Amino acid sequence: MSKILEDLRYADSHEWVKLEGDIATIGISDYAQHALGNIVYVDMPEVGDEVSQGEDFGAVESVKAASDLISPVSGEVIEINEALEDEPELVNQDPYSNWIMKVKVSDASEIDSLLDAAAYAKICEE
Amino acid sequence: MDMSTDVELYQLNNLMKSKLHLVKLNLIMSDKFMPHTESEIREMLNKIGVASIDELYGDVPEEVIYREEYDIPSAMSEIELRRHINDLGSKNKTLTIFAGGGAYDHYAPSTVAHLLSRSEFYTAYTPYQPEISQGTLQYIFEYQSMISELTGMEATNASMYDGATAAAEAMFMMVASAKKKNRILISSTVSDRVIRVVETYAKFHGVNLTLIPEKEGITDLEEISTELSKGDVAGVIVPTPNKYGIIEDFTGLADTIHSSKGALAIFADPSTLAVLRTPSEWGADIACGDGQSLGMPLAFGGPYLGYISCSKSMLRKMPGRVVGATTDADGKRAYVLTLQAREQHIRREKATSNICSNQSLMALYATIYMSLLGKEGLKEVNVLSCDGAHYLYHRLIESGKFSPAFDKPFLKEFVVKTELDMEKINSKLLENGIMGGILLGNGMVEFAVTEKRTKEEIDRLVNLIVEG
Repeated sequence: MSKILEDLRYADSHEWVKLEGDIATIGISDYAQHALGNIVYVDMPEVGDEVSQGEDFGAVESVKAASDLISPVSGEVIEINEALEDEPELVNQDPYSNWIMKVKVSDASEIDSLLDAAAYAKICEE
Repeated sequence: MDMSTDVELYQLNNLMKSKLHLVKLNLIMSDKFMPHTESEIREMLNKIGVASIDELYGDVPEEVIYREEYDIPSAMSEIELRRHINDLGSKNKTLTIFAGGGAYDHYAPSTVAHLLSRSEFYTAYTPYQPEISQGTLQYIFEYQSMISELTGMEATNASMYDGATAAAEAMFMMVASAKKKNRILISSTVSDRVIRVVETYAKFHGVNLTLIPEKEGITDLEEISTELSKGDVAGVIVPTPNKYGIIEDFTGLADTIHSSKGALAIFADPSTLAVLRTPSEWGADIACGDGQSLGMPLAFGGPYLGYISCSKSMLRKMPGRVVGATTDADGKRAYVLTLQAREQHIRREKATSNICSNQSLMALYATIYMSLLGKEGLKEVNVLSCDGAHYLYHRLIESGKFSPAFDKPFLKEFVVKTELDMEKINSKLLENGIMGGILLGNGMVEFAVTEKRTKEEIDRLVNLIVEG
């Protein structure tokens, strides 16, 4: 049973978002890190890059697969988690505190189109 | 399928032609080379209740079946075939070679050919299963390690098809690493042949390729700076030695390119790296080139070997196979294909290349060659080639019939100018068992000398040329 945090929103592509004001913190869910297996590399965008909801912004590589990361919101990347450059396995250890990027959102209402914890839990069950 | 469209009809026609061609061939050739005997075929047909192989194609409409005779000569007996091949073979001439132009007549110890033709190496191929391919994976790992040492770069892949495509892949790597920039600069002192291949790849990949002009035989570095200042260049490709055999000075080039957020790829003759400044020492991000100079037979153009090496930061953009070392469940050293998430069989749209293979046998050739020669041996190859080339150069200049084309340092290859009728002279040389220099036009001739050329051979060449 994968861990799902109540106060976050989720995309059906298994990214989570925490919106504080107009800053969105984004990472991948416990379900995702578990499915991927040991993560060996996180391909992150650069600070200053523009991201769009539904478009890929990077990738996560594990020993068995490479998965695109889909941005759940649109905006400008203001920070990336540099710790992941040398220790990508942190995402496996705690996918919620080890976020991947922070975005200054261009449209805060986009978050309404994302799933809440209960709806996401349903997706994981399927 | 709608049989009324001409295109589909044509395609089906050709498909059926090739299938029936195989069937016809099956019945006329002896079963020496086909896996099934006549009686085995009959047994299989009986088993499935079919009278003949033709009946299996009963669904094919008559109008697309090929009924004519094939225009192929009939089979030869073994004796006839041997005679035929020997006749063809006797047309080959062993020449004393003074031409280079990207492929050089270097010597490989006979051990190389002996080890290479071992059936375990000669026939085995793709090492996907590490459980049964440790030998193959190990030699590829050794190959990668040696090329990394030779180029000074941090990582090397399991090899590319040839130098020209390796250069094209270097171009793709640089474009993939530069966000949103798709312009690549390539020096016109890179071999014309390589440029043509890179141009082809660029065109179909939407990469904007700009040729940097030469100045007095070397890359016009000022032009590079000018282009870089436009801010849209992802990378630059320069050669060492260049197409004229000249060793170019790239001092400051890497820094200039890096400050414009671009990458530097150096197309280098690997043999010469035993004595020349390495791509890594020049600050390059990628080193690539053709491994033919590592003792491979000229063989009318191949098979040769492409190599590509890069810095760790570009590693994830490097195409092709990469072998890594690890330990097995018992803690013993083992080799596997690694970093496979880069490859196009796992991430099709994001892979930088469609290559899913390598040039294993020639990579093995290079590995055995390098391990037999070692650092000292490879250095000696270059020192002898250099001595020979400079001796020839001086003798030609001294004859009064040749003048220098460029005033630049060279290693084993150089260009001279003359008013002599070099076409006529080259024909005469050929009659004397010598392959003369490459005619570049405008009275320019390019000669190459390797460690295989003796003083006597060089003197003979000069005498034959000068006596007219």
